[in-house]
Amino acid sequence: MFGKLTLEAIPYHEPIIMGAVGAMILGGLALFAALTYFGKWKWLWTEWLTSVDHKKIGVMYIIVAMLMLLRGFADAIMMRMHMAAASAGTEGFLPPHHYDQIFTAHGVIMIFFMAMPFMVGLMNIVVPLQIGARDVAYPFLNSLSFWLFVVGVALMNISLGVGEFAQTGWLAYPPLSGKQFSPGVGVDYWIWSLQISGIGTLLTGVNFFATILKMRAPGMKMMQMPVFTWTALCTNVLIIISFPILTATVALLTMDRYLGTHFFTNEMGGNQMMYVNLIWAWGHPEVYILILPAFGIFSEVVATFCKKRLFGYTSLVWATAAITILSFIVWLHHFFTMGAGANVNAFFGIATMIISIPTGVKIFNWLFTMYRGRIQFSVPILWTLGFLVTFSIGGMTGVLLAVPGADFVLHNSLFLIAHFHNVIIGGVVFGYLAGFNYWFPKAFGFTLNERLGRYSFWFWITGFFFAFVPLYILGFMGMTRRVSNQIDPQYHLLLAIAAGGAVLILIGIICQLLQLAVSIRDREKNRDLTGDPWGGRTLEWSTSSPPPFYNFAKLPEVKDRDAFWAAKEDGSAFQQPAHYAPIHMPKNTSAGIIISAFSLVMGFALVWHIWWLAIVGLVGMIATYIKHTFNDDVDYYVPVEVVERTENEHFAAIAKAGVNHGR
Amino acid sequence: MRGNKQIQPGWLLCLAALFLSGCNMALLDPKGQIGLEQRSLIITAIALMLIVVVPVIVMTFWFAWRYRASNTKATYTPDWEHSNKIEFVVWTIPCIIILILGVITWRSTHALDPRQPIASPAKPLVIEAISLDWKWLFIYPEQGIATVNQIAFPVNVPVQFKVTSGSVMNSFFIPQLGSQIYAMAGMRNQLHLIANEEGNYQGISANYSGHGFSGMKFTAEARSQEGFEQWLAQVKTSSSSLQFTDYQKLVEPTQNNPVAYYSTVEAKLYDRIVNQFMGHGLPGGTQHQMMEMSHEDAMPMSHGNGEHMDAHSGNGE
Amino acid sequence: MAAEILHHPAAQAAHAEHHTEHHHDAGGNAIFGFWIYLMNDCILFATLFATYAVLAGNIADGPSAKEIFELPYVLVETFLLLFSSVTYGFAMLAFYKQQKQALLGWLAITFVFGLGFIGMEINEFAHLIGEGFGPDRSAFLSAFFTLVGTHGLHVLSGLIWMAVLMIQLVKNGLTAKNGTRLMCLSLFWHFLDLIWICVFTVVYLMGVLP
Repeated sequence: MFGKLTLEAIPYHEPIIMGAVGAMILGGLALFAALTYFGKWKWLWTEWLTSVDHKKIGVMYIIVAMLMLLRGFADAIMMRMHMAAASAGTEGFLPPHHYDQIFTAHGVIMIFFMAMPFMVGLMNIVVPLQIGARDVAYPFLNSLSFWLFVVGVALMNISLGVGEFAQTGWLAYPPLSGKQFSPGVGVDYWIWSLQISGIGTLLTGVNFFATILKMRAPGMKMMQMPVFTWTALCTNVLIIISFPILTATVALLTMDRYLGTHFFTNEMGGNQMMYVNLIWAWGHPEVYILILPAFGIFSEVVATFCKKRLFGYTSLVWATAAITILSFIVWLHHFFTMGAGANVNAFFGIATMIISIPTGVKIFNWLFTMYRGRIQFSVPILWTLGFLVTFSIGGMTGVLLAVPGADFVLHNSLFLIAHFHNVIIGGVVFGYLAGFNYWFPKAFGFTLNERLGRYSFWFWITGFFFAFVPLYILGFMGMTRRVSNQIDPQYHLLLAIAAGGAVLILIGIICQLLQLAVSIRDREKNRDLTGDPWGGRTLEWSTSSPPPFYNFAKLPEVKDRDAFWAAKEDGSAFQQPAHYAPIHMPKNTSAGIIISAFSLVMGFALVWHIWWLAIVGLVGMIATYIKHTFNDDVDYYVPVEVVERTENEHFAAIAKAGVNHGR
Repeated sequence: MRGNKQIQPGWLLCLAALFLSGCNMALLDPKGQIGLEQRSLIITAIALMLIVVVPVIVMTFWFAWRYRASNTKATYTPDWEHSNKIEFVVWTIPCIIILILGVITWRSTHALDPRQPIASPAKPLVIEAISLDWKWLFIYPEQGIATVNQIAFPVNVPVQFKVTSGSVMNSFFIPQLGSQIYAMAGMRNQLHLIANEEGNYQGISANYSGHGFSGMKFTAEARSQEGFEQWLAQVKTSSSSLQFTDYQKLVEPTQNNPVAYYSTVEAKLYDRIVNQFMGHGLPGGTQHQMMEMSHEDAMPMSHGNGEHMDAHSGNGE
Repeated sequence: MAAEILHHPAAQAAHAEHHTEHHHDAGGNAIFGFWIYLMNDCILFATLFATYAVLAGNIADGPSAKEIFELPYVLVETFLLLFSSVTYGFAMLAFYKQQKQALLGWLAITFVFGLGFIGMEINEFAHLIGEGFGPDRSAFLSAFFTLVGTHGLHVLSGLIWMAVLMIQLVKNGLTAKNGTRLMCLSLFWHFLDLIWICVFTVVYLMGVLP
């Protein structure tokens, strides 16, 4: 009746886990209580949960991403503290069964449930505005994508309190992740949370690809798009091509575990090397999916805060396209030590190095945008400067690892860990945080507190160097990754310094939370009245902050790159049109959240082998979707009066701010 | 308003830590020829890349300082966005560096191919390494002995490791001597290493394999020729023998195993361990053919001509 | 007076704006998006084909392709699917000519052919499993069942879609929305036919012929 599920699944005897679960439950209860007390349930449902508005969906993605940053970072701090202790002659406080779940969860959370949604959230908020569109191509799918992602997050978090998570590393290589060596439910939780949220990502890829190609404002040619939109386009190409590989590969592992097939088993003809190849054929494009939008953000930030046109737009676009294509032919560099011949290893090594050429070009383009500009040291620019230094080092260590001969001694060592954290933190996280500070006023109508933003940056970058330079050294000392006990005492000093670095980053994160709290408290003082708090160059800054739900009362006519800057130059910005027309908009729908709720039921049931419940979930998903297709009431026209009223308010605010037309 | 960034104190502290920890960096103080070649490769590659990275970092600080908004003396060209000269330099210099690095990569990848025997007048010693949960089993086929978690070999004699797994994927690694190689069930990997200095070197698994992974350590003792003979003699005094049935008991999961010696080993035990995973193979089928042709050096995955770029089947051509 | 207002330049402009607002063609976008989804489905199948290619020789102690594939049977399956594509083509023609009855009729025939294909495939699978040659017998069989089975699941989904669409056509008639759906299903159906040709060739023909 309940499959494998029993009360034993709850880890009563693990105090740390029960503490974390308790905290999460209390947090959830507090939220419920607050919503009830303030009578906000209906508001939440109609304004947010059933919304198909890309701006709201984007905000929700980022909220979840930030919550998962806290969870993933908690994992990181625990690991660092434990390793400092375990190399000082103690056993640490995390037995292998627990530690091994933590490092697996840390990787899964940070990549799938922190970085990806943060990126998708920023893309959601910004891209339609940047291209002068009113929404994405498929608003319902957008909502569905978000809720499927939430189900992935939910399953992962449920695994903390009911059962266990995988103890295999974030990519769950077989045969360790197969039925024989991981008989528990951990890998099954991994499988279903990835598969379900993966469908969401796939749909996002299709959605934004179609949006960017088909829904740009009249006159906006491809080579006039903002760079962030270009990088978003390339990212979505990567998603469309690479995510089906992940879906198929995880499905094969699923079949090995559920149906006893032999894709990756040791006996009966299974081939574990096939899994490694396939998973990295997805995995490498995945990291470019994460970094390209960050590159786009830096491009926007640097041009805006240096008050200068972006240097080398054309070569930036071509470099991005080159990186996109090259990212598909390098995957083997993740396993040079598997034993492929020298020709194969050398090919993939050289291909990997070649990617550093367009990447380097981009870095120089940003530097030369700064050159002879007038740089304002806003928080986003600080993140950018930090990125330029940090990422260059990370890129260098990457090219080093791309030399197979060097990789043979550095593979899977802490040097590797330091490298990828270097590029992911220095590139991806710094980029997204820059974007967060940059576009926050657009989304919410007030700017973030600058001082706390600066503190957070300095703690993050200092913490990063303290946390990861020791790991580079430890890699050279021969220390390998994922070790949890009997750690050589000569590693202790460096591990302790690394733990200190993690604490500095923790303070940086606390500063960010404080920044949010203080900014919300001070929001009236920091209102963005004109919609253009930074003197922006691209179209999103031509709307109010936050934009009206329909984005643009009149679709802009675009003649050049940096369309909004051009409009400010020739005086056509901030002009109120004489007449408005009714605007065609999609209606909210509950189908996305309901389909996803059924998918959660199905996923949970599959983990615990509760077959009847899994069927209920699957049938529910399909039935809800079919019912949705019978619904013809999916759109409406915004009346002219509503548009007029909204626009008049906006122009009154601009007049109040006394904006100048032009520079 | 804050200006540019100061020198990171982190750098200085870590440099200090470096000296404090006493230059005990296995990869930068290798004890064997392979490791030595790899060290020079690492240093060369880093040096080449610093040609680009150092100017980038310098330019970041310099431009951030010079072109800060409050410095109105600096030239300001808000619409300047293109320069053929700059484009030429930023594309060409990295291309040249990568070209050089590419040639180095091609050559070194071939020279350091784990399957490549080490040129030496001495006849190579063969050691078969099998990763188990969670210990390393070593078989010396020519000497007819076996051990758990300890090996010994003479200095300046190339050692040919044949590496496989009796359970999940691991990675055979002696950091102070050089390369690692994956250990996978049903696969025959090979690694050639040599020790040029006597000493006891730590060996580990470099691929996570489960709860007992941290304890999967072994010692590799590089001894003089006499020292090696003494060690062999010592192993031969053990009363244990390693037959297939003993192996099957060893397969059962244990952690933190002490060193063990076996004075006799079943003949061709390594082949038998590998072939367990090949299915039952039809006579005359491709599985069997592969078993025949796999005299020591042929490896299903090793096609030195690099014809296939993707996954290698366990089946040869 | 009203006519003057309508012809007033501002009103004209507003009217024109009103039209330019619709420059994004919802139906066209849907079909474009569906093409992109098909590319992505293609890669999914490519992964399964690659897996099959790598594992096809790993028969362990089970049967080889030659021993279990029956080409005449598979030929009948293939014709069923091919005919169903042809009949779907006729259905589309009927749609363009706005002939609802003919459209529904051809869809029904397509459905029957598709169902026949699925029935034959289920029968083949059941037969193999009954003889102990199920997907858990060897890596080759795992790959076979998965590749062919995934295609079959896609066909089944297409059949469900077809049934739902037929109901919607009866209920709402030949609307633009239903037309878009018919075109997307058409793309899907022909795509599945194409994948089947690849399956037939790579799995069955290459498995059996020397």
